[in-house]
Amino acid sequence: MTGDDLLILLALGVPLFAAAVTYAVGRMPDVRETMTLVACIALSIITISMFTRTGAGHPPSLVMAEPMSGVEIAFRLEPLGALFAVMASVLWGVNSLFSIGYMRGRREAHQTRFYMCFALAMFGVMGVAMASNLFTLFIFYEVLTFSTYPLVTHRGDEAARKAGRVYLATLVGSSVVLFLPGIIAVTALMGSSTFTPGGLLAGRVDDGAANIILLLLTFGVAKAALMPLHGWLPSAMVAPAPVSALLHAVAVVKAGVFTVLKVSTYIFGPELISTLWAAQVILWVAAGSIVVASIVALTKDDLKARLAWSTVGQLSYVTAAAMLPWANGLIAGGLHMVFHAVAKITLFMCAGAIYVATGASKVSEMEGLGRRMPVVFVCFMLASFSIIGLPPMAGMWTKLLLVTASFGSGAWIVAVAMIVSTLLGVCYLLPLAFRALFPPMAAPVRDFVRPGGTPGVAVAAVVITAGACLALFVLADAMAAYLEPLRTESFVEGAP
Amino acid sequence: MSLLGTHFNYVAVVVLMMIGLFIVFSSRNLIKRMIGLAIFQTSTGLFYISLGKVAGGTAAIRLDGTSPEARALAATLDPAYVAQHGVEGVVYSNPLPHVLILTAIVVGVATLAVGLAIAVRIREAYGTIEADEINAVARVDAAGAEAAP
Amino acid sequence: MTVFENLYVAAPALTAQAPILVVLAPLVGACAAALAPGARTGWVISVVTTLFAVWMAMAVAGEVARHGVVQYVIGGFAPPLGIAFRIDALGAGMGLLVSTMGFLGALYSGHALVSEIDTQKHTLFQAGYLLCVAGFLGLVFTGDAFNAFVFLEVSSIGTYALVAAGEARDRRALPAAFTYLIFGTVGATFYVIGVGFLYGATGTLNMADMAARLGTLGDSSAVQAGFAFIVVGLGLKAAMFPLHGWLPGTYSTAPSLVSVFLAAVATKAAIYLMARFAFDVFPQTTTFGGLFIKDVLAPLAAAGAIICSLQAIFETEIRRMLAFSSIAQVGFILLGFSLASAAGMSAALFYMFAHALMKTALFMALGALAISLRARRLDDLAGVAREAPWSVAAFGVGAASLAGVPLTMGFLAKWRLIDAALGAGAIWIVATLAIGSLLTLVYVGRMLEAMFFRAPPAGAARAKEAPVGVLAPLWIAAGLSIWFGIDASLPEAIADAGAAALFGAAR
Repeated sequence: MTGDDLLILLALGVPLFAAAVTYAVGRMPDVRETMTLVACIALSIITISMFTRTGAGHPPSLVMAEPMSGVEIAFRLEPLGALFAVMASVLWGVNSLFSIGYMRGRREAHQTRFYMCFALAMFGVMGVAMASNLFTLFIFYEVLTFSTYPLVTHRGDEAARKAGRVYLATLVGSSVVLFLPGIIAVTALMGSSTFTPGGLLAGRVDDGAANIILLLLTFGVAKAALMPLHGWLPSAMVAPAPVSALLHAVAVVKAGVFTVLKVSTYIFGPELISTLWAAQVILWVAAGSIVVASIVALTKDDLKARLAWSTVGQLSYVTAAAMLPWANGLIAGGLHMVFHAVAKITLFMCAGAIYVATGASKVSEMEGLGRRMPVVFVCFMLASFSIIGLPPMAGMWTKLLLVTASFGSGAWIVAVAMIVSTLLGVCYLLPLAFRALFPPMAAPVRDFVRPGGTPGVAVAAVVITAGACLALFVLADAMAAYLEPLRTESFVEGAP
Repeated sequence: MSLLGTHFNYVAVVVLMMIGLFIVFSSRNLIKRMIGLAIFQTSTGLFYISLGKVAGGTAAIRLDGTSPEARALAATLDPAYVAQHGVEGVVYSNPLPHVLILTAIVVGVATLAVGLAIAVRIREAYGTIEADEINAVARVDAAGAEAAP
Repeated sequence: MTVFENLYVAAPALTAQAPILVVLAPLVGACAAALAPGARTGWVISVVTTLFAVWMAMAVAGEVARHGVVQYVIGGFAPPLGIAFRIDALGAGMGLLVSTMGFLGALYSGHALVSEIDTQKHTLFQAGYLLCVAGFLGLVFTGDAFNAFVFLEVSSIGTYALVAAGEARDRRALPAAFTYLIFGTVGATFYVIGVGFLYGATGTLNMADMAARLGTLGDSSAVQAGFAFIVVGLGLKAAMFPLHGWLPGTYSTAPSLVSVFLAAVATKAAIYLMARFAFDVFPQTTTFGGLFIKDVLAPLAAAGAIICSLQAIFETEIRRMLAFSSIAQVGFILLGFSLASAAGMSAALFYMFAHALMKTALFMALGALAISLRARRLDDLAGVAREAPWSVAAFGVGAASLAGVPLTMGFLAKWRLIDAALGAGAIWIVATLAIGSLLTLVYVGRMLEAMFFRAPPAGAARAKEAPVGVLAPLWIAAGLSIWFGIDASLPEAIADAGAAALFGAAR
């Protein structure tokens, strides 16, 4: 067994092991949470190692099993996947820190199940990130869906179960009815569904089939929350804040847009995409999603619902980027995936931190709270800047890249939608931060419901990710260079 | 009318078959249903036997021409026919369908026996052999299953 | 069947007699079991004879792999006059399926029967069971159309009695068995009538001869009538929608062993015979058969797949849910079948194997729970996962396979069906499969949600874990569902070879 194989097995094994250990030591919260953090750190080291190897041109790869000819469970890293894996594993660590603070602060029930499902979800994410073909990706996509279901329904009341049903029905339904037939169609046409630089289908299928497959593969990925399959995301906000933070800002939704990016890059390729009317349709739908979601976000008083709708819009940025007939769009989409994740997790964790400390979950209840929780709200404001795309935050670069790429490829409708949504973003995020930090004098300020406010570890997590938004502003260029291979025809040695 | 004339055997078969099926599906009494089933099965027997009938043919029993049985047979047949073919040359009907139907009858009897046995058990368990009454009791059973904690 | 080419499991002299021994072993076992002094002896006889049948079925499979077709003349009367077994790759594959399921069922019956049947009747029950196994084995091996009827009825008569034996637990089993008997006998009689028409047209009962003569005869109205009678008759036996009325009651009230075996084998054997007639005996050039399959069978199968899935969703009794699910799954299988291509047939066969394994696991798991818990409704099973983790976990595996979760055999089965439908350009079949799968997910989700996540009702009777004798066959079936989901080369090879035997071309 070579080091490469080992890395992949470790990346899959560590979360699984963490889940098992979490279950085994469930009675001892301290040990359980220490083990979770250790697993986060170990996984981060593994993914960073894979990241550097991929960057150096030695992507780890492994074929695990081949149930039928042309259908195999295989893994191979490529820049996009490596970036996704690193992002997810590092944010898992930060989020675990936050979870510890949040869950203990709220004295939530079923904490062992909570941490176990988190670890299983990371198992799914790792598989999605490393999958070398659509079949493998599909398997782990479903693992992710099912392992996060207990997290969404964590509260266990009627509202949570209802949200859970919507969650499963939308995600599983679309993946079975649309995504899977799409995968089978690709396999039937090409004999395999391996991600191929330049596009597996490019130049090998007629336009009619390619259009239909593109629609199936894009709308089948309901995790990307493209309208009209976005309903599950706002309704899943019944979950506790750490769940919303990791799953609905990072793991689940990003697995969705990551899949769309992979499909666009490696199954179709920019060349083929540029000739398809289906891509135009999706661009229009995405542009519509961006604007509509931003408008809906504006009307929501519940902070998490507002953030969820914002996420719906932001995800469509990436989907739109994937459909741009220009490789620049893919790189911008990949970067946006990361930058949005970091910013949105910060916002969700802030929302959680506020809820733990004061019990406030509505925007209208937060006036002046910045006085009591300055660190949290400053971080909230920084992350808001990143979402909106103001310097000096990372989000600025991707907004810039996306708008120029849209104009550059003639998709002016997307560019307009992005600009409109930026303006709307200013309206739905910034007033909240400002009114919390600089309230009108004499406004009554809520008291802490929990003595001592938010636990320290939770605040630390918020500060780390907010800092990351700043740091990524500087690192954006290096990351864009890392994703550069997406642009070229062939970068993986020995790829078919 | 020509159909009736040349294929009257099939007409009889179809009539019997329909009678049998009608009884099976319209009757609410389990015993009557079994009777219908038996008629239905009998119609297939008739169908097979009539398939095997060869015009002018006799029972498929192979005979030595000089034996007394053969002479007895010859006496019952048309003398002109015997003069032409001899007793050995007698045209037999196809025996295979008879054999098949023997088997089918055995199968049918076995089925009938099992069916009647089940009907007896139903009588013991439900106190009736009327399908409607059984259904009524079964509905109560199902409701009992619903209500049971 | 290349995987079996080097399979020499028995001495040559024994292998030569293997085809008849496969059928004789359970038949003799049935007589012996009826006379056995005690329940335990009956069980041992049942296990030993079915195991022997598996062994012989493997020997036959090896021979078929080496020679293509194995002809076994019974009693020295050569066909076309005498009766002969004619086993090709399809028959050999089905033989393996039936015998293996028979063996698993026999193994399972040791403990599972105790709670359901009076101990004194165990020996008779085993006799009926072995009769049933023997009938199905003969059915898939025979090369004679009328002989197939006899075997069909041998197995059916056994089944009627076995279903009726469920009265000890649920007296609704009796009317269910009676209805099954009526439907089954009408179906079998239709089949006989159909065979009669074909016999009238061709003058032979040997299927191979029939095929040869039909090839030169072309389409006559007698042949068409025969075909229609046969398909409807076997459709009744296969619970093809809308001829499925007998099935829900039967599956839900029969003793769990019988539900296991019926779900795993009975409908599949009827579908096998239908395929044999539709694609082997009838010349594929005739337009009538093709039209019948494409314009009548396929829409009915699709309707069954959707409607019965919906019925399963709204059902409250768990075994009725599984019964409706079986009808829906028969619809899936017939959809693959109706593509009338090697790929479609291969997918349908693969689906049959997958479905046999998953339904075995599901019904066995319910039987395992029934040992300690009298539960009919899904709600009665709330939270059993905590009390009988091994049984319920196996149920979960079977349910996952039923729903088509990746890495289970059911997933690959659905994959192959969709693949075959895409290959034939039948988009509406793909859509039906996709929607059907979705509905399957809904009712499977309902079952799993109740069993794993819901809290048990307060004060209700509690389940206990089943004994090892029940768990072992249960987990063999569940384990195979997973194993073949990860490496499907074996069932894939059997299914491909079986389809090739009908269509003359590998996938």
